[in-house]
Amino acid sequence: MDQTLPILILAIPITMFFILGLFGMKMSHKLAGVLGILGMGTAMVLSYTVAFTYFFSGDAAFIIDGVRQQVEIFDVTWLAFTDKLVVSLGFLLDPISAMMLVVITTISFFVHLYSWGYMEGEKGFQRFYAFLSLFSFSMLGLVVATNIFQMYIFWELVGVSSYLLIGFYYKLGSAVSASKKAFIVTRFADLGMLIGILILSFYMPTFNFIELTQNGGPELALTSTGGATFLGGSVLTWALILIFTGGMGKSAMMPLHIWLPDAMEGPTPVSALIHAATMVVAGVYLVARMFPLYLMETASLDFITGIGAITALYAAIVACAQVDIKRVLAFSTISQIAFMMVSLGVARPEIHEGLGYMSSMFHLFTHAMFKALLFLGAGALIHAVHSNDYTSMGGLRKYMPITHWTFLIGCLAIAGIYPFSGFFSKDEMLSAMYGYSTFWGVWMTAVAGLTAFYMFRLYYLIFWWDENPNYKHHTPHDAPWQMSLPLIILAAVSCVAGFIPFGELVTWNGEPYHIHIEWVKIAVPSLCVAIAAILLATVMYRKKNSLPDKFAAVWPGLWTAAHHRFYWDEMYMFVTHKIIFGGICSFIAWFDRQIIDGTMDMFAKVTQKTSYAIRGLQSGSIQTYVWWYFVGAVALAAVTAWVIL
Amino acid sequence: MLAGLAVCRKMSQIRAVMVILSSVLLVMSGYLCYEFLSLRAAGNTEEMLFQGHWLWYAPLNIKLSVGVDGISVLMLMLSSIIVFAGTFASWKIDPLPRNFFLWFALLSMGVFGFFITIDIFTMFMFYEVALIPMYLLIGVWGTGRKEYSAMKLTLMLMGGSAFLMLGLLGIYWHSGPSADGAAHTWNILEIAHNNAIGTGWQYFLFPMTFVGFGVLGAMFPFHTWSPDGHACAPTAVSMLHAGVLMKLGGYGCFRIAIYLLPQAANDLSWIFIVLTGISVVYGAFSACVQTDLKYINAYSSVSHCGMVLFAILMLNTTAMTGAILQMLSHGLMTALFFALIGMIYGRTHTRDIRKMGGLMQIMPFLGVCYMIAGFASLGLPGLSGFVAEMTIFFGSFQHADMFHRVFVIAATCSIVITAVYILRVVGKLLLGKVYDEHHRTLTDATWWERLSTITLIVFIAAIGCFPNWINETIQHSFAPIIANLQSVI
Repeated sequence: MDQTLPILILAIPITMFFILGLFGMKMSHKLAGVLGILGMGTAMVLSYTVAFTYFFSGDAAFIIDGVRQQVEIFDVTWLAFTDKLVVSLGFLLDPISAMMLVVITTISFFVHLYSWGYMEGEKGFQRFYAFLSLFSFSMLGLVVATNIFQMYIFWELVGVSSYLLIGFYYKLGSAVSASKKAFIVTRFADLGMLIGILILSFYMPTFNFIELTQNGGPELALTSTGGATFLGGSVLTWALILIFTGGMGKSAMMPLHIWLPDAMEGPTPVSALIHAATMVVAGVYLVARMFPLYLMETASLDFITGIGAITALYAAIVACAQVDIKRVLAFSTISQIAFMMVSLGVARPEIHEGLGYMSSMFHLFTHAMFKALLFLGAGALIHAVHSNDYTSMGGLRKYMPITHWTFLIGCLAIAGIYPFSGFFSKDEMLSAMYGYSTFWGVWMTAVAGLTAFYMFRLYYLIFWWDENPNYKHHTPHDAPWQMSLPLIILAAVSCVAGFIPFGELVTWNGEPYHIHIEWVKIAVPSLCVAIAAILLATVMYRKKNSLPDKFAAVWPGLWTAAHHRFYWDEMYMFVTHKIIFGGICSFIAWFDRQIIDGTMDMFAKVTQKTSYAIRGLQSGSIQTYVWWYFVGAVALAAVTAWVIL
Repeated sequence: MLAGLAVCRKMSQIRAVMVILSSVLLVMSGYLCYEFLSLRAAGNTEEMLFQGHWLWYAPLNIKLSVGVDGISVLMLMLSSIIVFAGTFASWKIDPLPRNFFLWFALLSMGVFGFFITIDIFTMFMFYEVALIPMYLLIGVWGTGRKEYSAMKLTLMLMGGSAFLMLGLLGIYWHSGPSADGAAHTWNILEIAHNNAIGTGWQYFLFPMTFVGFGVLGAMFPFHTWSPDGHACAPTAVSMLHAGVLMKLGGYGCFRIAIYLLPQAANDLSWIFIVLTGISVVYGAFSACVQTDLKYINAYSSVSHCGMVLFAILMLNTTAMTGAILQMLSHGLMTALFFALIGMIYGRTHTRDIRKMGGLMQIMPFLGVCYMIAGFASLGLPGLSGFVAEMTIFFGSFQHADMFHRVFVIAATCSIVITAVYILRVVGKLLLGKVYDEHHRTLTDATWWERLSTITLIVFIAAIGCFPNWINETIQHSFAPIIANLQSVI
């Protein structure tokens, strides 16, 4: 393939960032917005072209004997640590990166368009578009990385774009601390990833993904560690788990999930783009990218499964007890990403030909679409009622029909109702889980039920329940076309995306997989669970009644704990503020000033004191000198006499 | 280059002379850099290029010998960038501008001289020339407890010099014959090629020289001159001091302690790995709770300069290359930090972060620059800090034993702590609500301030985006040092 298109896909957003960042202040809002949207639109069209060529051209470079290949379109040396460890920047095209190109540019384009309406008249409008472009660039760079170090570079860059966008309203204290929290928590996770890469690079003298994951790379990784173990795990397992830690941070897995709900302080289009559809799935993408290595050490995959399953359940429970609609969606995102993680964790070549991998990527795709839709819908709601809490909403279906219908489609998709897209991907994931073990299958089916419940709880509380009296003063209405159009298109995609023959396109080894739905064993039971959960939500929340309060009163402890997210934030606060800041840092600062500096000052003081003391001897008075001379002479005589006699 | 500075001392039209000369310096170092690279590209593989020798004191065979390799060229480049930026940052120095720039120029001369000599006696002399003006610059033009800090800084560094002098004399008396027939030599290259210093003496001399230079490199526990010194120094002096002077320590460590005493370096490096490892983490933790902007950056310098020495002690090409990259990166970044702090202090008249807030709304240009400096410091890809730190980590991790592993992993933790203290400052100082309503009347950067900061940012970004040519230049220059180290294993 020609290199021009891939280079342009990366070059356009970064150029936009520099143009808008450096000269944005001198532009009108309209010009900045149009530039941003056009730039992203072009990148989207180019990405579609690239993805289409990759999947459907049948070019011998991309597909050999029906097996899709990994192709490095270009790869330039950036920094050579040693002769073998060379960091390069390049463009890797394979099924998952082509899929991600489509996902990122699509969502990013719609978010650019949507923001034109949403951010209208905001101070810093140009800055917002500049940061969006920076993010799009970093995310695209991340997914097309040819080596793990390039991924790490862009991994950090998406982190900082996320920091800048969460803290977009930088005058608000809450936004500032949320952005700080997001950056530091993910930085902490990245530390694990860095150490993992260090270990891996020591044993495998390459960063390159193709060399790591193909043609005997994984086997080499296993043998080159020479059976070395550390605390009961092999070195490779440790390296892989540490690398996964980076993914846990970005994808908000427990216990590093605490930043994502707070990240909702950012503007809602940002939440849709970064914290629902693209950046937060980077962890899933990372594991998928290195999947053949993970297969070498199934202990690491079991670790991923465990973390994912616990996170999925935890986030689903917490989502049932949140008031802020964006927070509900945030926990729902955590739960859904955990779903993908579990699906990857249970993927094995011998179980349905690695179905878990395919279904995880499938769900990544469908989830990106419907979650972006839900977030953008939430943005339209917030735009209309100027509040994030469902308590100031209710009965909105009459006032905002477009938002209502699109939001409903999003809810149906995430709940996994046929024929919306979520049904297909979730069904494949559950098949993979049941194929691995019934325990995880049942567990995740329960989480899917909870998902349907909390989403419809949210839906009813926003659009049904009881009409909020404030509407009389200020009638809410649907958003302008720039905001509604993305909603409608994404809703349409969420309706039909399930029918994409995803298995033909994206599988772990490039060989096509034919999707078949196991109606009796998996699809119908999970549909029944979802419908039952929706019915329960309907009974509880369709009209204003006292049922929810009664339920909450049955398990007051559980309700309060879930409402407070099981006190994770408080625990972190205690550790960071009391122990790290109050304990370690203050102690070291004190130690430095008092002990180290004190010692140095003491040397100076002793010298000074001594010289003061001796100074008196040089009095200049002859009598004193004579007196000391006399004393000295006598003393000398005495000593001499004593020695001689 | 020295001639340029010699003229500089007789300046009258202060600003004009300073600007012209610092620009000339910058151009000249750029030209030197270019010449050097083209000579290398032309296949000149001599260890030091542009050598010149002038006999100075025959009985002791002291010569003024100059010569540069890739590392000194880059260091000269760094120094001239910082002198250039520093000149603009102290545009409105008061009182006694003429004397200020005179001492400033003398300080720069010491630094330039240090980097180009290959004779350890003259190197030591230039080292002292660079230190003495600090006392006056801080004592006269400083702020706060300036007399105390100036005295402390000078005495501690002089104490280091005393060790260093002993070490250098020891090296001289065991150096072996020089090329022109004298019994002993001061020339670095000749000493290294003779390699005549006995193991016992090396064990004695290595700590002497390493501690001597380590004091200037802010090695734990000899770093306490740094926070006070930086906090009290005027802007341009802080810039030059943190940006270049602290690099003298690191440069001396590998050029003399490690290159000339390879046996001891191999055997004793673990002691200093422990100390510098502590520096890295300790400095970062200390920075987390400081409230004075300059103290934060001074402790951050302790951490980053600790990383330089730490990497040098890893004794392999990659890590040592990382050390030089870190010197360059830290030099530019800290100079930028101190310049910005000086500019902010010049406006708000406080450096206490508890008394400022929301400055981004008032002075967006300075705010953005501060954020860029912060991102460079916490290692954002695309800026210089990332390249340097990663090279250090990947180089250091090549050691397979548990001792090195543990210390490397401890050092990597500093990237998180750095993020904590940088974002804490950014959050308090720049973002959030305006703390003091009086600050609303303050103005944004003037043109000379913009020039100063933009110069630094351009170089930071250039290293961060295109590191490989610098990397190759440095790696090449390390070849003889590594060869010397390997020869004694």
